[in-house]
Amino acid sequence: MKTGLLNTNRTGKFRSSIGSITNNRCGLLFVVTTGFMIAAGAIAPSAASGVEPAFTTGSSDVIIQEINSQIRETWTDNEVDASPLADDAEWIRRLHLDIVGHIPSLEDVEKFLADKDKAKRTKLIDRLLDDPGYVRNWTTIWTNLCIGQQTPRRVSRDGMQKFFREAFGKNRPWKDVVSDLVTAEGHYEENGAANFLLAQMQDQDDGVQMTAKTTRLFMGMQVQCTQCHDHPFNDWKQDQFWQFNSFFRQTAKVDHRRFDQKTGRMVDDFSEIVERDFSGPVYFEKRSGLMKVAYPVYLGSEVNPDNTTDRRQELAKLMTAGERPMIAVAYMNRLWAHFFGYGFTNPIDDISSHIPVTHPALFDRLSDEFVKSGYDCKQAIRWIANSEPYNLTSRSTKKNTRDNPAIGESALFTHVYVKPMTAEQLYDSLIVATNAHKSGRSGWEQAEVQRREWLRTFVQTFGTDDGTESSSFDGTIPQALMMMNGPLVQDAVSVKPGSHLQQLLSGKGNDTYKIQRLYLTSLSRMPTKQELASAQKFFNNNQDGLVVYQDLFWALLNSNEFIFNH
Amino acid sequence: MNLVTPSGMSRRHFLRHMAAAAATVPALDFISHVKANAADLKRRQKACILMWMSGGPPSIDIWDLKPESKNGGEFKPISTKGDLQISEHMPKTAEVMNNLSVIRAMSTREADHGRGRYYMHTAYVPTPTVVHPAFGSVVSYELGSKRKELEIPSFISIGGGGSSPGFLGMTHSPFQVDASGRINNAGMGELGSDRLEQRLRMLGSVEDNFINSQRGESGQAHKDIYVKAVNLMKSKQMEAFKIDQEKKEVLEAYSGAPAQGGMMGGGGQFGRSLLMARRLVEAGVPFVEVDFGGWDLHANVFETLKNQRLPALDAGIAALTTDLKQRGMLDDVVLVWMGEFARTPRINQDVGRDHWANSWSVMVGGGGLKGGLAVGETDKDGLSVSSPKSYQPGDVWATVAHAMGIPLDTVHKSKNGRPMKLANGGTAIQELIG
Repeated sequence: MKTGLLNTNRTGKFRSSIGSITNNRCGLLFVVTTGFMIAAGAIAPSAASGVEPAFTTGSSDVIIQEINSQIRETWTDNEVDASPLADDAEWIRRLHLDIVGHIPSLEDVEKFLADKDKAKRTKLIDRLLDDPGYVRNWTTIWTNLCIGQQTPRRVSRDGMQKFFREAFGKNRPWKDVVSDLVTAEGHYEENGAANFLLAQMQDQDDGVQMTAKTTRLFMGMQVQCTQCHDHPFNDWKQDQFWQFNSFFRQTAKVDHRRFDQKTGRMVDDFSEIVERDFSGPVYFEKRSGLMKVAYPVYLGSEVNPDNTTDRRQELAKLMTAGERPMIAVAYMNRLWAHFFGYGFTNPIDDISSHIPVTHPALFDRLSDEFVKSGYDCKQAIRWIANSEPYNLTSRSTKKNTRDNPAIGESALFTHVYVKPMTAEQLYDSLIVATNAHKSGRSGWEQAEVQRREWLRTFVQTFGTDDGTESSSFDGTIPQALMMMNGPLVQDAVSVKPGSHLQQLLSGKGNDTYKIQRLYLTSLSRMPTKQELASAQKFFNNNQDGLVVYQDLFWALLNSNEFIFNH
Repeated sequence: MNLVTPSGMSRRHFLRHMAAAAATVPALDFISHVKANAADLKRRQKACILMWMSGGPPSIDIWDLKPESKNGGEFKPISTKGDLQISEHMPKTAEVMNNLSVIRAMSTREADHGRGRYYMHTAYVPTPTVVHPAFGSVVSYELGSKRKELEIPSFISIGGGGSSPGFLGMTHSPFQVDASGRINNAGMGELGSDRLEQRLRMLGSVEDNFINSQRGESGQAHKDIYVKAVNLMKSKQMEAFKIDQEKKEVLEAYSGAPAQGGMMGGGGQFGRSLLMARRLVEAGVPFVEVDFGGWDLHANVFETLKNQRLPALDAGIAALTTDLKQRGMLDDVVLVWMGEFARTPRINQDVGRDHWANSWSVMVGGGGLKGGLAVGETDKDGLSVSSPKSYQPGDVWATVAHAMGIPLDTVHKSKNGRPMKLANGGTAIQELIG
């Protein structure tokens, strides 16, 4: 019934007649009942005249329809209209960046634009979820989240990546992934999952960082403040922090060293996580100076505190138990924010009673469905990427300028919000735009090494026990300088043999055709008439056409349109 | 004739004046007169150098010792040129303490690194709906944009992480450099200026297209950053980053060790960064943040302080203060020393100190503020502020704003139109400005 009402509402006629009483609680029943009758009458003619069929990418999953109708409901409630759908060029670029972590290649864009299949969007989503780029992108994302962009001491980035490559490659259920990370033991390359906890063991801090990071990253709960005192705003108490912490107290690490024949010195070898004999409570100090004890208790569930219990195993069971575990809720929030730029809560890793939720019913439903799907990460992406709000343009209209979460308003998802590219996305996109991945000069593996090297200049650690990092990679001057003068773009606009520009220029076609292909390569769209005309002017004013192509490609790669995911 | 206030005249008008004057004043004298005035003008430019102690420094072992308490630890206090005592491991600083004051009554609540960093930089506690600007961004907005002759960024962060410009926009974000002062990719290579112009013209049309596509403000911010980056590429003021132009003795004084030493636990870097800060301030940059990390001392606090952190800190602060004074700049440059919080008075089982925000010290000096004072006090064990007034970061920044001539009733607007008071409505600390 509600859905019918909302669909009709898109026409705009309906709202004006009842607009005055939508906020009246008593009037609600009246509105809904009459609304239904009007809707029932209105749907048929509008459907018959083909005015506005319900949106679909070609997938008919009920959960996608649920997202669409719940998001539409908030449009109605807030009296805003959605922006139009994104055209294919805008959408394919965004989808590639979000799922495989780089812009689409020229060939992929051309193929998609030419495709007449009505279900081509949902088919592309499926294709990208099976692309090796999907595994690589999500491995990068979760490696960064778990161990940071700069690898901490005594942590194996390769090991961590290997673990996530397998997790995303086999589409392992998220709860198994979390469980492996929390219970990991052993050699940091043989069991790559161990690196998550090793990265939280930089200080001998009795598992304080492990506690804070595990809850924040996987459960969306910020408990770090409660280490020292009860939380001032939410329900977390200091003893809960230490109860949670006591699950980690059987954990220890061993840093192995070995003799190096060449130098005759001892050098770092591998690190591993081992079990430590620990039983009973942990002790902590109240602000008053009073010492207190805490036993392993997870959100009220007690665990046998003697040393016959493997506490992290018990913790993993408890974290993944119940109808709607926090790990499912936190994952859906993070995933939603990945695609839309804003989650259901802001910040996304603080899901508690003092933080407002933008779409509570939808948030609950998606979390529940994620659990029911068996924590299927790819399926969760299908729901989001096939939804109507994700398929809208990123241009706002007069009817929704109000929907601007960048200024602190609650997100309504009437249009897709512009996101800056991450450093990795930018690097990989430049590789694609210059065709470097195809020319054989540098494959993905080699690119991975070069990428890490390149990223190093943008990341700084604060050197604190929470391992916080700062990336200067957010539209600052160093980034602009890197794009203008750095070797990546220099290479891109060079006309070395095998480079994209060289191939394009030596190929067939007139200037117009070549300019179009440069636009498709970098911005995934055709140039407008004005853009073609203005490019043409530069050719008229220059003796050397090659220089114009180089400068045009430079300008396209340096543009705001290139650097933003929109 | 009075040449001190050329502002308000157009450049041509000003030159015409000069030409008229030149007819009556011998040319050489005239030029030296203008130069002297320009130098004076430059010196009058107020600036702030923030020494940011990333990790949370134990102020109880540096500025507010408790030798009588079990919390006092290993260090003894020593007398200084000012009216207060500080740590025995800060002997050089003790000699310049008549220029510096310690606020011993900070009580700031936030004892998480991220939240503390945010609170101390912005004077606001983190909230989900708005991102507040770091005070460096506020200064950039208030003073930097008015300094037309300044071609390099007006908020520079050396060796540190980035704070956010928040609602003031990306053009006021800190420009981050490391202690080497090397700016990557700032050269154009062999590309001539004609080619650069052509590229920028082409870029302009693509950028405008996106800016006009109703996609929010980020497109325009991107364009503004490019303008700044191009200015910087062309600027002679980039010389300010090159500390190797300084004499070896100067560099050694700042580092507190022979320049080649390098084993001072990053101390050499702190000294180099402070020296660069002085050069930048001289070039007209109104806010420089210098990061000195390694204070998150949950274990082994006294050894680390004694052998690594304090020698470098001591040399750096003393050299900077002396240098600014000798150059006649100390009255215009405010110095601020703080971290995200300090450390527990109680010494833990690993001979470390944990996070503590309830009672701690921040050091300020220069900028015409009163030196040699201890403002407020903590109780005998350092556990709480015992003087009647305790202070928030907003009070520190209000004091800095006062010293820099930024009106305290300044109000900025957040992006959703909420009024945001300068320094969260903090009050300038009377003892320091009175």
